Amino acid sequence: MNMLKPERIGLDDFADQPVHVCGKAFVAHKSGALFWPAEQALIVSDLHLEKGSSYAAYGQMLPPYDTRETLQKLAALIDRYDPETVICLGDSLHDQGGAARMDLGDVESLRLLQEDRDWIWITGNHDPKIDRMLAGYVMPEIVVGGIALRHEPRPGAHTHEIAGHFHPAARLVFHGTSLRRPCFVGNRLRLVMPAFGAFTGGLNILNAVFEPLFGDDGLDVWMLGHEGLYPVAPRLLRDD
Amino acid sequence: MTTRPSAKAGARKAPRNAALVATTAAKKVRRARSTPESETLPPEIAAWFARRGWKPRPHQLALLDAARERRSTLLIAPTGAGKTLAGFLPSLISIHNGRKKKTGAGLFTLYVSPLKALAADVERNLTHPIEEMGLKVRTETRTGDTSLARRQRQRVKPPHIMLTTPEQVALLLSHPDAPYLFADLDTIILDELHALAASKRGDLLALDLARLRKLAPNVMTIGLSATVARPSELRGYLVPQTDPEAETRLADIVTVKGGAKPVIEILEAENEIPWTGHTARYAMREVLEAIGKHKLSLVFVNTRMQAEFAFQELWRLNENNLPIALHHGSLEAAQRKKVEAAMAAGKLRAVVATSTLDLGIDWGDVDLVIHLGAPKGASRLLQRIGRSNHRLDEPSQAILVPGNRFEVLECRAAQQAAEAGDQDATLSRAGALDVLAQHILGMACQAPFDPDTLFDEVRSALPYAGLTRTQFDRTVDFVSTGGYALKSYERFAKLRPAENGKLRVANPRIVQQYRLNIGTIVDAPHLKVRLVSSRGGKKNIARMGGRVLGEVEEYFAEQLTPGDTFVFAGQVLRFEGIRDTEVFVSRAAAEDPMVPSYDGGKFPLSTHLAGRVRAMLADPSVWSALPNPVANWLELQTERSVVPAPDEVLIETFPRGNRHFLVAYPFEGRLAHQTLGMLLTRRLDRIGANPVGFVANDYALAVWTRGDISTLISEGKLSLAKLFDEDMLGDDLDAWLAESALMKRTFRLAAVIAGLIERRHPGKVKSGRQVTISTDLIYDVLRRHDPGHLLLEAAWADAATGLLDIKRLGTFLARIKERIRHQTLDHVSPLAVPVLLEIGVELVYGQDRDAILRDAADELIREATGDMRT
Repeated sequence: MNMLKPERIGLDDFADQPVHVCGKAFVAHKSGALFWPAEQALIVSDLHLEKGSSYAAYGQMLPPYDTRETLQKLAALIDRYDPETVICLGDSLHDQGGAARMDLGDVESLRLLQEDRDWIWITGNHDPKIDRMLAGYVMPEIVVGGIALRHEPRPGAHTHEIAGHFHPAARLVFHGTSLRRPCFVGNRLRLVMPAFGAFTGGLNILNAVFEPLFGDDGLDVWMLGHEGLYPVAPRLLRDD
Repeated sequence: MTTRPSAKAGARKAPRNAALVATTAAKKVRRARSTPESETLPPEIAAWFARRGWKPRPHQLALLDAARERRSTLLIAPTGAGKTLAGFLPSLISIHNGRKKKTGAGLFTLYVSPLKALAADVERNLTHPIEEMGLKVRTETRTGDTSLARRQRQRVKPPHIMLTTPEQVALLLSHPDAPYLFADLDTIILDELHALAASKRGDLLALDLARLRKLAPNVMTIGLSATVARPSELRGYLVPQTDPEAETRLADIVTVKGGAKPVIEILEAENEIPWTGHTARYAMREVLEAIGKHKLSLVFVNTRMQAEFAFQELWRLNENNLPIALHHGSLEAAQRKKVEAAMAAGKLRAVVATSTLDLGIDWGDVDLVIHLGAPKGASRLLQRIGRSNHRLDEPSQAILVPGNRFEVLECRAAQQAAEAGDQDATLSRAGALDVLAQHILGMACQAPFDPDTLFDEVRSALPYAGLTRTQFDRTVDFVSTGGYALKSYERFAKLRPAENGKLRVANPRIVQQYRLNIGTIVDAPHLKVRLVSSRGGKKNIARMGGRVLGEVEEYFAEQLTPGDTFVFAGQVLRFEGIRDTEVFVSRAAAEDPMVPSYDGGKFPLSTHLAGRVRAMLADPSVWSALPNPVANWLELQTERSVVPAPDEVLIETFPRGNRHFLVAYPFEGRLAHQTLGMLLTRRLDRIGANPVGFVANDYALAVWTRGDISTLISEGKLSLAKLFDEDMLGDDLDAWLAESALMKRTFRLAAVIAGLIERRHPGKVKSGRQVTISTDLIYDVLRRHDPGHLLLEAAWADAATGLLDIKRLGTFLARIKERIRHQTLDHVSPLAVPVLLEIGVELVYGQDRDAILRDAADELIREATGDMRT
């Protein structure tokens, strides 16, 4: 049986969702990006640009379009929110040689996105250095309004942070089917963002690595769909 | 298994009534058949026949004659005709005579079968006559199960006769020493060719054949096949093609006519036949009775789940404790072998089985075949019936047990087709490009290749005879750099120019990767099922487990939640959880397991049977021969609505509940119907009919809407002719494919076969889950940025005949132009009842995934707002 349409809800109702971290208001978008209206900042994590070419260098010819795809997705968000600052939360490039492998057209697209706004590269484990040809500021982390924006979340007492690194994904078992999607996961003091890059996979949030981050606190989970971002009750989620 | 070693390979006494007729296309060969046997057979072999009071059968002699003239030949023979010995006899004689001078490793005969179990079985049955004849002929199998040491030795010091599978042949051909190994190859025997030819594995084997002919130019092929609708396709497969424009070159053919016609009954049970379902639960008592009256019965079903269900039901009723066993492909090999051994030893009275027992493996003296549910195809039925009674001159016995009312018609159609000796025609296919990509890389691993030469070689294989140079070059480009429109990977190219315009692999790592990932069978990812004790905390699931029961598809495991019960390996199990690649289960006390309802019938109804069913439906004069409930049902249909003429499609529209229904009866099989359903709902949505959902089975398709379709039609706002116009296969199809989960699955298979995605990487095993994720992402990205890419083309070609059955849908839409019979009704018609009953039961791939997320979100919102009404 195929249910084709929701009978109750309009299609665009779920395009983005309000999210709170340490009392500050954010808007999480179905693409996996986070907008901070008070700071006019757009935050994305784990772009993994040039992942395709990184595999190709080792003999697995994944399509070379992931950088283009990711930048186009980013461009659409910049159009939507017109942010003053864009913050990339680390692992923006899949490996150190990534920038050098980028297609010149893609480099140019990135430059256009960077025009008239501040661009901050937070470094990550895949990209401890950012090639200078990509412009922007490079820093290990940045604290804005009491919230640390960094690549890898720090377990334990260090909360008040927004991070990426783990590529959180959730598996929903509902109505007799199972669905696995990237997701935002948070507990109002800390938020871990999904990976934004076109070729990035995900790690189930029930995996042990998330435990020290959120402990037994109630989790908020928003799963990324094609048409929207959906808050989902953790009790419906399953391990892989 | 070895209790009757000669049953398969040995020739029995030629039947006195000589129902056996050998025909051959080549007149020359027929004349040669008069050669006295004494001249044909060496004394050892002639003596072996004589000791048994046997005579070589005419077709065995015909093959000997053909072999003497080095003519490749297709042997079509029913089971029990001594087909295998016929195939090997020419080799046995030549090896024994040993006149040929060795120039290579000495491998004389290569036998290829679709199943490794069959290769092993044939090897066992071949060694007996060889020993009894006292011939100095060495035979060995080579499969994935063969030890590494032995496989390595086989490449240098092969046996005279090697029995293997298409994947192993490809692997052997990718080694640099392949020319030495195959230099002496004299004969290639392809067993069960009908089961292999029209598939991707068949494509791979055809390419391997082309290469083998290069390495051993005088090699001769012998194809062994069951009866098929179009033998010429198999004959063309056996010989090199020279010119795609010219007529297909054909091998000789020797046909052994079947002996007695099978006796096929349709079971009429005491309980009334249900409207829907495939399990035949209503008739289990009669099935058990039939088993009780025979020595050994094979109970065939179409899916693994049906096998589990039938096994469970039979044992529930089995008061006399008849030894009944279960056999299907998901069970652990050790468990299957136990069943096979018990069967051969005559310890069993019945085996419930899926298609794993379809092919020609001999496991005992089966005297009855019972088919639960409709056989879905005429050829499949004959093949399965052939499992019973291997004596040619006695008829095979079979009982068909229809699962529902439509299946009664279908079983009757299958019965008539068997009576007429009709077979389903397989679609002739163009060789798959993903398989070609795999082959090209394999050839590069063997030695640097010249593209011009390889192109000619590839086109000598029948499936690739029509390949264009552009397609070939694009495939080479794909192998080397991924074949992208954006040429950014040249510096990573896997193929590099070598001397004389040849191409070579860039580094040895590529060869290693190729060997690890070769093969064309990519199953849905499977998870092992391991039995654990039911105690233990929820988090503490990583107990040391008990034994492995078998494997289930990953998508099945994914829909389970801890505590769910299901039937597997003949027992009721409780799902405990998934760890890595294993499903943990415990024994459940539950009597009534939750048996999932997916996989109604894995094989769609064949076009041939569908035609017969339509004709039967349209002809009230034959209804009286049907069981009463079915005849009454059809009578009622003529009163309440109409029955369509054989060339028409009936479309009924009626209100029901607070919905409006459109039910169409194309009889084109569930796959084509599902695709049609997806496309129709898109169109109805555009027209404003507000479709809500649809359900499809093998015969019909029902769409329900909020808009009143009958009124839309009567007011001229909706034209059925336009709704069912062929143009739906254009933009609508394209738009749907963009998000279709079925299409993504098809793409994944092509990507793995073509080597874009590695199943295994040196040093680590990539799990199916990781593969699934990445190919979906790749599919999306490719469609957007490189829509003409080779892999999308390959996946599209697969979808057309595979899971989406677009080809059949296209034929249907063309057929029903101006042949739509529309009935506006006040309420549901009798014919529509079965498909409507499947609403809520059938689950279809590729439903709108966002809808599930929305519902989950809704639930959270309801919880949060305290609204728990639903």
